[in-house]
Amino acid sequence: MTTYTDQGKQDTRSGYGAGMTELGRTNANVVALCADLVGSLKIDTFIKENPDRFFQVGIAEANMMGMAAGLTIGGKIPFASTFANFATGRVYDQIRQSIAYSGKNVKICASHAGLTLGEDGATHQILEDIGMMKMLPGMTVINPCDFNQTKAATIAIAEHPGPVYLRFGRPKVPNFTPVDQKFDIGKALLLNEGTDVTIIATGHLVWQSLLAAENLENQGISTEVINIHTIKPLDEEAILDSVKKTGCVVTAEEHNYLGGLGESVARTLTGHRPAPQEFVATHDTFGESGTPEQLMDKYGLNNKAIEAAVLRVLKRK
Amino acid sequence: MARIQELQDLVVQVRRDILRMVHRVNSGHPGGSLGCTEFFVALYNEVMELKDGFDMDGKGEDIFFLSNGHISPVFYSVLARRGYFSLEELNTFRLIDSRLQGHPTTHEGLPGVRVASGSLGQGMSVAIGAAQAKKLNGDSYLVYSLHGDGELQEGQNWEAIMYAAGNQVDNLIATVDRNGQQIDGATEDVLPLGDVAEKFRVFGWDVLEIENGNDLNQVIAGLNEAKSRTGKGKPICIVMTTEMGNGVDFMMHTHAWHGKAPNDEQLKTALAQNPETLGDY
Repeated sequence: MTTYTDQGKQDTRSGYGAGMTELGRTNANVVALCADLVGSLKIDTFIKENPDRFFQVGIAEANMMGMAAGLTIGGKIPFASTFANFATGRVYDQIRQSIAYSGKNVKICASHAGLTLGEDGATHQILEDIGMMKMLPGMTVINPCDFNQTKAATIAIAEHPGPVYLRFGRPKVPNFTPVDQKFDIGKALLLNEGTDVTIIATGHLVWQSLLAAENLENQGISTEVINIHTIKPLDEEAILDSVKKTGCVVTAEEHNYLGGLGESVARTLTGHRPAPQEFVATHDTFGESGTPEQLMDKYGLNNKAIEAAVLRVLKRK
Repeated sequence: MARIQELQDLVVQVRRDILRMVHRVNSGHPGGSLGCTEFFVALYNEVMELKDGFDMDGKGEDIFFLSNGHISPVFYSVLARRGYFSLEELNTFRLIDSRLQGHPTTHEGLPGVRVASGSLGQGMSVAIGAAQAKKLNGDSYLVYSLHGDGELQEGQNWEAIMYAAGNQVDNLIATVDRNGQQIDGATEDVLPLGDVAEKFRVFGWDVLEIENGNDLNQVIAGLNEAKSRTGKGKPICIVMTTEMGNGVDFMMHTHAWHGKAPNDEQLKTALAQNPETLGDY
């Protein structure tokens, strides 16, 4: 088992903030927009250092998305950020028409995604955003797993032409990917090699998958772990290469099983190499208030749930 | 005088284009297009400062956004007659494999269009973003936009209106086509807009009105006046009263021709009221 060390818990949204700070210093075309959530998005340093490149739009997300589309006309690279719920569901039509269909180079940066925003409850816990965004033609969808990867992704998408949805979260989670790891959009990362089962995980569930894999390896189950940070375009080759070897899959994500990473993987397998698959995801439900840990436990989104899913899928091989 | 006559001839020819385009495919929106013909002709041929050719960024020239995308016929005709693409391409309006989609889009790369519109209420936000980009780029040219009055029922507009005033977006001239009609009837019956000019004013905009948006002289004067008021800390709104279906007697004073094409007989009558001036496409 490849060993990964927690370099200290950090929130992925701070990775976004750190990425924005760097972009503020290195790319004069990058501009930031925010809808009254500057502190939550951790972009204070960017704003302090580049006040003329920041647009506070107030509690008006629809206008923010339209303005972001307009700012691209003239060569700016807008990073429009707010909570994931308000960055997607609330403004789907603005994203669809003014950004995606219009082919605008807008980066939609969404914090507090999934259940782990915790106590605020279901109104804020969007579990449908990956589905909505991946259905838009031309949209790139990225869900990094820790602070370092989120920072790297933030920097990488500035160089990537076209609309991007970058999803991250609120809680402090283990930071374990290398600090200098290059972020290749659309390129899966093989975290652990194995031969019995493939766990394909995104976002906060990647660390949970590594914890599960460690336990499984101790039980003699050789577990491959793949980090899919880019859900669209999906690295089908990496997935198929792994499943060719292991013959079964568990997908793990902090999202509804309808429309999420799991469905994208299932579609890939159906077309090329049908194999048993189990979905660690929420199952067509809203969330609720609670601590992130309680919620991940109750809704089956932690290492224990992943282990159980692996044992189930092995029986179906 | 001669210049006005040239533009007036263009207005009549554009009206013929609109009618022929929607008739050919038996679909499209002639009413609002005919009502805004003078505006488009004046804007693209007298008011805006434009570079030759088209590039998306539009640096160093004025740029325009059509928010009420359903009046695409007038937009396409005026763009073609300004040289953005060939007049012949007007024949492809709403047909399969065309760049002239039912509602304007950048998707097929049609020169002159900088954002897709059709789903209403989004254009002002885009125009504000583009205006802010011009300021960041040190580009002193202006951003123009057009909005239907019924379209103001979409809430996003009021987010944008609030933003533009609060942030001194004073390189933007947003015109509202106040024709008083929408699909289901008069705006004041469907969902009253009330005093549009006053609403913009209390939101902090500098507002002027064009009483007859189908009088070319008034439209040009109004747009030039608006231009002279830019750069003074406030976004500019023009409330322009027009007659939907203007130029065709049986299409006026009703909302019936908002999204309906004339039949053969009706086209003949309508064209007879707008004799060919610059040559049909």
